[in-house]
Amino acid sequence: MSGRTITRAQLSEAVYQEVGLSRNESADLLEMVLDEMSVALVRGETVKISSFGSFSVRDKGQRIGRNPKTGEEVPILPRRVLVFRPSQLLKARVNEGPVGRQLENG
Amino acid sequence: MTKSELIARLAERNPHLYQRDVERIVSTIFDEVADALARGDRVELRGFGAFSVKKRDARVGRNPRTGETVDVDAKAAPYFKAGKQLRERLNGGVDVDDDLDDDED
Repeated sequence: MSGRTITRAQLSEAVYQEVGLSRNESADLLEMVLDEMSVALVRGETVKISSFGSFSVRDKGQRIGRNPKTGEEVPILPRRVLVFRPSQLLKARVNEGPVGRQLENG
Repeated sequence: MTKSELIARLAERNPHLYQRDVERIVSTIFDEVADALARGDRVELRGFGAFSVKKRDARVGRNPRTGETVDVDAKAAPYFKAGKQLRERLNGGVDVDDDLDDDED
């Protein structure tokens, strides 16, 4: 794996390059996108981004877990978890990339 | 919420922008994330979450209809883990994460 990490800085730079807003406004727009998605998810809505993937929220009931270090049984409280399902296109692109190719070659 | 609803919502919040620019902004963001994952890079958006590529081992699967076994090759899969802040917001302010290989906290 190449091991590079992309952050907000590179994403808002790409918006800046692409649309020609100021750097500040580009950063604000990125934040608004993440904010709108978060608000929808917190409401329990599914967020579907065509050709990228969908984010949804799943309710999980209480179950018994185990502390992996001590082996002690502890109840895991009910919770809402976020599930991301990548689109077929994104899955295919990732497999055609360096990580997928590396796996193919053993 | 769909991508077009997201675009409509952002256009509403930014009346000084053309709708087509809002569309380009949204597409650019998701394209950049997808490009990064295709390169094998990780995308970390603190508070929101992190996208990465996970390797899935080859396994013997089963056709659920016929019960027949099939060999499934090793593959790379896009993965997203919600950030601490978003997890807390989903759970009324309590961070319920107990995943030990967390890289954000």
